[in-house]
Amino acid sequence: MTGHSDPARFEPVLTRDVHLQDSHTLRTYVKGGGYASLNKILKGGGPDDVTQEIKASNLRGRGGAGFPTGKKWEFVPKDSPKPKYLICNADESEPGTFKDRLIMNKAPHRMLEGMIIASYAIDCHKAFIYIRGEFYKEYKILEGAVGEAYEANLLGENISGSDYHLDVVIHRGAGAYICGEETGLLESLEGKRGWPRIRPPFPAVAGYLACPTVVQNVETLACLPDIIDRGSGWFKSIGPEQGPGPKLFCLSGSVNNPGVYEAPMGVPLSELIYDFGGGIDGGKALKAVLPGGVSSAVLTAEGIEGLNMDFESLAARHTILGSAGIIVMDESVNMVNACLNLARFFAQESCGQCTPCREGTVWLVQILTRLFRGNAQRKDIDLILDVTENIGGLSDLSQGSYGKTLCPFGEAVAWPVRSFVEKFQDEFAATF
Amino acid sequence: MNEKGANDQTFRFRNPSQVENILSQYPDRRSALLPLLHMATAEAGYITQPIINAVARIVEAHPSEIMETVSFYSMLHTAPKGEFILQICQTLPCSIRGADNLVDHLCERLSIQPGETTKDGKFTVMKVECLGACDIAPLVQVNNDHHEKMTVEKLDKLLKSLS
Repeated sequence: MTGHSDPARFEPVLTRDVHLQDSHTLRTYVKGGGYASLNKILKGGGPDDVTQEIKASNLRGRGGAGFPTGKKWEFVPKDSPKPKYLICNADESEPGTFKDRLIMNKAPHRMLEGMIIASYAIDCHKAFIYIRGEFYKEYKILEGAVGEAYEANLLGENISGSDYHLDVVIHRGAGAYICGEETGLLESLEGKRGWPRIRPPFPAVAGYLACPTVVQNVETLACLPDIIDRGSGWFKSIGPEQGPGPKLFCLSGSVNNPGVYEAPMGVPLSELIYDFGGGIDGGKALKAVLPGGVSSAVLTAEGIEGLNMDFESLAARHTILGSAGIIVMDESVNMVNACLNLARFFAQESCGQCTPCREGTVWLVQILTRLFRGNAQRKDIDLILDVTENIGGLSDLSQGSYGKTLCPFGEAVAWPVRSFVEKFQDEFAATF
Repeated sequence: MNEKGANDQTFRFRNPSQVENILSQYPDRRSALLPLLHMATAEAGYITQPIINAVARIVEAHPSEIMETVSFYSMLHTAPKGEFILQICQTLPCSIRGADNLVDHLCERLSIQPGETTKDGKFTVMKVECLGACDIAPLVQVNNDHHEKMTVEKLDKLLKSLS
């Protein structure tokens, strides 16, 4: 796995130490300035100062939804008598996404320092890392890192001589994509099926065990130490001001050099594919790109021209940055088969709670299978569009979300499937 | 692992202090369910009815509630699996890199269907969705280990090394 960037233009932040042999150890992290930000806030003006600094940085969540981090923390009621919880969402499962795994493997202390900073800001004394069950190696690395942090008094009682205390528990999932959705995750942490909850109440008010809870993605937390260290102004200067910062992009599919690459938010997609990714595998022509995992609407080769990888630029092209899992498809990829593949993924991973999603995803697999096998009719195309409408509502992101299910999974099915059918009409029509 | 009458037996965790340690990490007992089930799987190989009963007592829930949770998660098995669980990723990034014929090849070699275990109890083949390692696609995971950029030839070699 790679994790580099062009040093001439951008100095990596999140991956700056990952090339070092022992980058996962406390000693190496501290040698590079690690945990200085934690010590800075513990001696600083208090939790509100931290929240204000993060809010001023315009950091937006890296898990997929892109919600402003500082704002999320402000939703936590300060006067609640209940304990407050922070959960690091390490349930990375969006196809095409493997950036959090890199952080857990190579920079676990960066993530951990971010967790302690966030916990301090929201007055939390018990935090959880909800890690995907299949990530066993990463679990063991995190276990080592948490152990080191306790030994060095960076966790536990009186952290670094302050009066702040925090415990961190690593909690392994057991195989369910939907547990990456924050309320599904909360149910799972409570020892139940990972069935997403009706909102409101939002987790910040009533989350884990009905207590105020903040759920943050691994990469989001890994951004925090440098924001504290270098200030919100520095962070905001990287990429577009409304959603700035260093960003990890995952490249997979038909590229010569798949991997994780760090670049400023707003990097041109073509630069990622052709410079970082070394271009299309086998010198073939580019056909399509899913820019933000399989839950994003697909783009054609023409559709990525002049496209920058940031929240707003992608929304303007009716798709999403999502988890920045860029899946590249060359001219030899059959779009009907690709669409069937992702429909099957959604049918497999639908939690089964909402009827439109549970039934609709299975319908989509059946119809797309017919198309792929050449047994379909023209009206099946309309049926696909009808089913996606029924699951996810309008696919026009500029009009806001119109999902018809409890959680965003419904839209995550509808948008990509519909986009394949609409943008590759000829290929779909050629099957009947 | 799959003894006759296993369901009539009482299950006890080997190390009760480890159970207490897990419980002490959570504000309520039910939250300890997944870690307890992971531990039980490590001890017994799969989740049996005696395990469900024992865990239900520990977390103070009804066995049917435990079963409801168990049935939701793909990593919690209620039947014995092979010594080596071969998980072949089927999702788009692996499919683009040539994963589509790996399952068929493997099943043909082992004379089983996806989801089944060989008669000697050695191999279980599972079609799975994205394992989060698309940079080294197509991916085959054997128990906890990743095997990257799989081809039919590499798969044959892998089988040989495990046999």
